[in-house]
Amino acid sequence: MNSVILQLASKYVRGLLIIFSVIMLVRGHNLPGGGFIGGLLAGLSLAYKGFAFTQDIVEKEMKVRPEYFMVIGLVLVFASLWPGLLLEGTLMQGVWFTIPFPFTEGYKFGTPFLFDIGVYFVVIGVTVLFLFSLSEKN
Amino acid sequence: MNSIALPLLLPFAIAIGLLLVRSAVMSRWVGPLGSLAMLVVAVYLNFKVQQDGILTLNTGGWIAPFGIALVVDYLSSLMLVVSSLIAFVIALFANRNLPDDIPLSRFYFFFFTLNMGVNGAFITGDVFNLYVWFEVMLISSFVLITLGKKKAQLEGGIKYLALNIMGSMLFLAGLGLLYGKTGTLNMAHLAGILKNDHQAILMNPSSVLFFVAFGIKAAVFPLYFWLPSSYHTPDITISSLFAGLLTKVGVYTLIRFFTLFFVQDQVFWHNLLLIVAGLTMVTGGMAAATYYDTRRILSYHIISQIGYMIMGLGIFTPLAIAGAVFFTIHNMIAKTGTFIAAGLIAKIKGTYELKEVGGLYRQNPLLAVLFIIPAFALAGFPPISGFFAKFMLLKAGVDSGQYLITAIALITGFFTLYSMIKIWNEAFLKKQPEGRETGPGVKLQFADYAPLVILAGASLLMGIFAAPVFDYVMQAGDQLFEPSAYINAVLTPQLP
Repeated sequence: MNSVILQLASKYVRGLLIIFSVIMLVRGHNLPGGGFIGGLLAGLSLAYKGFAFTQDIVEKEMKVRPEYFMVIGLVLVFASLWPGLLLEGTLMQGVWFTIPFPFTEGYKFGTPFLFDIGVYFVVIGVTVLFLFSLSEKN
Repeated sequence: MNSIALPLLLPFAIAIGLLLVRSAVMSRWVGPLGSLAMLVVAVYLNFKVQQDGILTLNTGGWIAPFGIALVVDYLSSLMLVVSSLIAFVIALFANRNLPDDIPLSRFYFFFFTLNMGVNGAFITGDVFNLYVWFEVMLISSFVLITLGKKKAQLEGGIKYLALNIMGSMLFLAGLGLLYGKTGTLNMAHLAGILKNDHQAILMNPSSVLFFVAFGIKAAVFPLYFWLPSSYHTPDITISSLFAGLLTKVGVYTLIRFFTLFFVQDQVFWHNLLLIVAGLTMVTGGMAAATYYDTRRILSYHIISQIGYMIMGLGIFTPLAIAGAVFFTIHNMIAKTGTFIAAGLIAKIKGTYELKEVGGLYRQNPLLAVLFIIPAFALAGFPPISGFFAKFMLLKAGVDSGQYLITAIALITGFFTLYSMIKIWNEAFLKKQPEGRETGPGVKLQFADYAPLVILAGASLLMGIFAAPVFDYVMQAGDQLFEPSAYINAVLTPQLP
């Protein structure tokens, strides 16, 4: 597709989509959102440039193959299973701790969030991989 | 009991490792060793169940029915052992037999995700979690079918995917109804609620949806079309894996659901199950008799054998359910064995078409012996495993006065025998047809026979030592027939 409007818009929209996807990821524990939706948005932002220009540009820009996003994600998911077993005695049990942050109550970080981040990366990898293989010429 | 999660964690970890390290040499070792580790874990869990009774794990520390419970009882631990054995054998077979255009690391990645899905379906105690494992299985198996990237494989894969996604959607719809009416998806909790409810007959819409969904997965009579149109397309390694595992998971879930909580309205359900079982047996057996391609014969034959398992569920006495369980494990082993034998025949002769092969008995007597053991096990010859499995089902049928289905099961036995004898006559006894090529004439090594030796040995041992197996499946049958132990084990809060 060769549309100037889309190409120009992609510059700004992509950044917004990435920020929005991270917000979605972070608020997802108790509110609508989470790793899956966040990952879809982030994957979309990568695909956006592919729609506006060509796939090669995105592939060059990404520097890593989308498969590696999946690997990182799966490793994070796998890692998030164990703290519960070691500290609380049950597999996958949530372990939470607070990171102190000035002027606030601190930021709560835990294994469910780590799991969500893993899902986020897996979904980015899968989305980009799908869009790449669908848009291949052959 | 955190070790219950091992059958899931092990394949998951191996799959991640295979994504990270993609060397073919490594995968050659990781495949068999990984599945052997799964087998060891499964056997350990099996012993543990026999010692301590039903094992449960409330994942994430959320007590049932709020969290997802993993439950291992007699039936699921037995299925774990047999499915891991099949996985191990297929890994050995794949190392020798997978064509070069399928990268081993890629095959094993999906092989282990498939096994994770299968194991998950066996040990979960939560209906929605079961749905997730079905999806894991469906996606991995679809990729495995189309791994060779041939046109026929894509066609078969699409048919497989389309019908199975239909099944998944019906599953999801049934699940929604179930949750809407009872407010829980924990299987033990559901059983507790539905047992004491005089309006439980209102669950029938939901159970019909589940029945159709699992019927598609298990390939019962009107819903089996995806199986014969897809199983002969992928490489024989992958077909044998599917033949051993996929439909049997559907049968397992049918047994689990229709003994644990869909036990109301027995007149309707058991008659329906028996009718479906009879038709499945006959149509599958008759269709198998008409083909001359070994893979197609064996594919239709899977369907015919599914009928026996459903028959046990339909008769619904402890003996019948135990017979269905015995038949399922015997069938997983023997069926995979015949598929592998078909693969070896094709390796020697270069074709699956029975009209073009012959003279194998003279050429390779060892293969003939190794084929005849699982084949006669399927046909139900004593003293191999199939005889005792069939005997239990038939005895249960006669005991409970279900003469019609018993007669059908006996007649189907002849169909089975016919198609097995056909393969035997055409491939082994008859002379090599003149004017046809004798095939690549590959000399088989011991490593080629090893998977078949293991399966034939397992089938023989299950026949010779039928008494301990019989005792075990009877205990499994009793446990399924009287689910209060299962319900108590899951719902009693435990201290970590």
